[in-house]
Amino acid sequence: MATVTKKKRSNFWKRWDSPLAGYLFLSPWLIGFLLLTLWPMMMSLYYSFTDYSLLKAPEWTGLANYNKILFKDSLFRTSLGVTLLFVVVSVPLKLVTALLVAMLLNRDIKGMSFYRTMIYFPSLIGTSIAVAILWKNIFSKDGFINQLLGLVGIEGRAWLTDPNTALGTLILLVVWQFGSSMIIFLAGLKQLPRDLYEASSVDGAGKVRQFFTITLPMLSPIILFNLVLQTINSFQMFTQAFVITKGGPIQSTYVYVMYLYERGFARFDMGYASALAWVLLVIIGIATAIIFSTSRFWVHYETEGGK
Amino acid sequence: MMRSYKNSLNHLFLLLASLIMIYPVFWWVGAAFKSNEEMSSPGLFPKTWLWSNFTDGWNSVPNFSFTHFYVNTFTLIAGVLFTTVISTSLVAFAFARLDFPLRKFWFAILMVTLMLPQQVTIVPQYVMFNKLNWVNTYLPFYIPHILAAGVGGPFFVYLIIQFIRGLPRDLDEAAKIDGCSWLGIYWRIVLPLTKPALVTVAIYCFLWTWDDFFGQLIYINTVDKYTINLALKLFIDSQGSIPWGQLLAMSLVSIMPAVTIFFLAQKQFVEGVASGAVKG
Repeated sequence: MATVTKKKRSNFWKRWDSPLAGYLFLSPWLIGFLLLTLWPMMMSLYYSFTDYSLLKAPEWTGLANYNKILFKDSLFRTSLGVTLLFVVVSVPLKLVTALLVAMLLNRDIKGMSFYRTMIYFPSLIGTSIAVAILWKNIFSKDGFINQLLGLVGIEGRAWLTDPNTALGTLILLVVWQFGSSMIIFLAGLKQLPRDLYEASSVDGAGKVRQFFTITLPMLSPIILFNLVLQTINSFQMFTQAFVITKGGPIQSTYVYVMYLYERGFARFDMGYASALAWVLLVIIGIATAIIFSTSRFWVHYETEGGK
Repeated sequence: MMRSYKNSLNHLFLLLASLIMIYPVFWWVGAAFKSNEEMSSPGLFPKTWLWSNFTDGWNSVPNFSFTHFYVNTFTLIAGVLFTTVISTSLVAFAFARLDFPLRKFWFAILMVTLMLPQQVTIVPQYVMFNKLNWVNTYLPFYIPHILAAGVGGPFFVYLIIQFIRGLPRDLDEAAKIDGCSWLGIYWRIVLPLTKPALVTVAIYCFLWTWDDFFGQLIYINTVDKYTINLALKLFIDSQGSIPWGQLLAMSLVSIMPAVTIFFLAQKQFVEGVASGAVKG
């Protein structure tokens, strides 16, 4: 025993439990976290209480930025309203579509991987500018969608320049890309125990009843996961609105991050942009907290009760 | 009898779903060859195939051809891939195999940063990089990735940790008894076995860096350093009446790298998504 200890001490490179070794390997991330996450977060909080335009040093203004955002800034209210509408409509639509298609795909049928590839494909090109350009083109006044609608006798409209439909068109774009939620659902569905279904069909339960009494409860932790993830991501939507509609028409697609971008990086109003970022963080935090607080009513964990 | 009926119904639904999903993409391919007059016809194929959309589109930005923007984009991505794979695998090895004080605490922090919206750090990061004169270079992309703090960094670390935890410890134990140092174990044993996870990381890192429009938009501001995305944005903004054929042709070309990777590595792709926390 004594020799082992001695040997360990003599060669630090071989000391498995050496704190130094651990921190050496950890150092890239640790430095990154301290310099590029923690420090910027503290600075961002500080800037949010100042008037700062990059050109001259930050000037302390106390709560002025927050006061203005919460009580006097109509653009803040507009952009928050647009974003909330976007989140509340697009996230459930995306998840329901993803779950339904995942259930269709969760069978042993020929060509499953072919279908999966086709359906996942739009999600692959994600938030690229290329797909935004495609969307801008096909939903224009004399675009492909309207021509298609014309064939069945529906008169199309200028989807993207009409304030009533512009946001809906962007929502359609993100819902079209439900692929990653679908694959997560699919992975979850594959793990559901078959014997539960067999037992319940012996008891005479139909498919619909099985869906509500077995599939949904068993899948609820994954639904929660997808819901939180998609909600957080949707609050940060930017590229599509920026490229396709530039926030218009009459600010009907002026999402929150676009406002933040314009304040911070078009007008270099860094103090105000930082305050907007913290307000966004709080809003996302509240949304996530609401989801988690309701989750105990609908999320079913296998460890507590049930099967 | 009932079963085959149900099966064909299932096929019908899936076929319909696939068609709805993929039709705009097929239409896109055709439209890239169409003239402006034919542009909006719902048919897939143009009457006359206009190859000039590609050649004209390629040279549509004054002074620079798209070759230049592709070279820029791949320069950016090559550096990011290299630094990410090294930094994230080192850090993941520490979390998965080494024991050090506060390990659980740092792991919890890592999990928090996974979900942190980048907006709360972007302004001071910009201020910092601006002071260092790094704006309009690719350093604001390389340096965070060296420190596992670039786009997707914490997620990649998490993904590799999960993978290493699944590897049997016997190999490390045997190597330890043979007198191998932890550096050797990382380099000779864990890293080669972790290859599948590293491939997944590289794939997602490629795609997310390609799609990180916000970062490119704020950090790159002269045309000679533009990436494909910025060039496309310039293209769509700079023309009075948009030459849609050329624009769609160039957009189509721009998704080819992603499409190629997807078809070459579908397995890692699906596994990456299923392991959770993938954006989009």
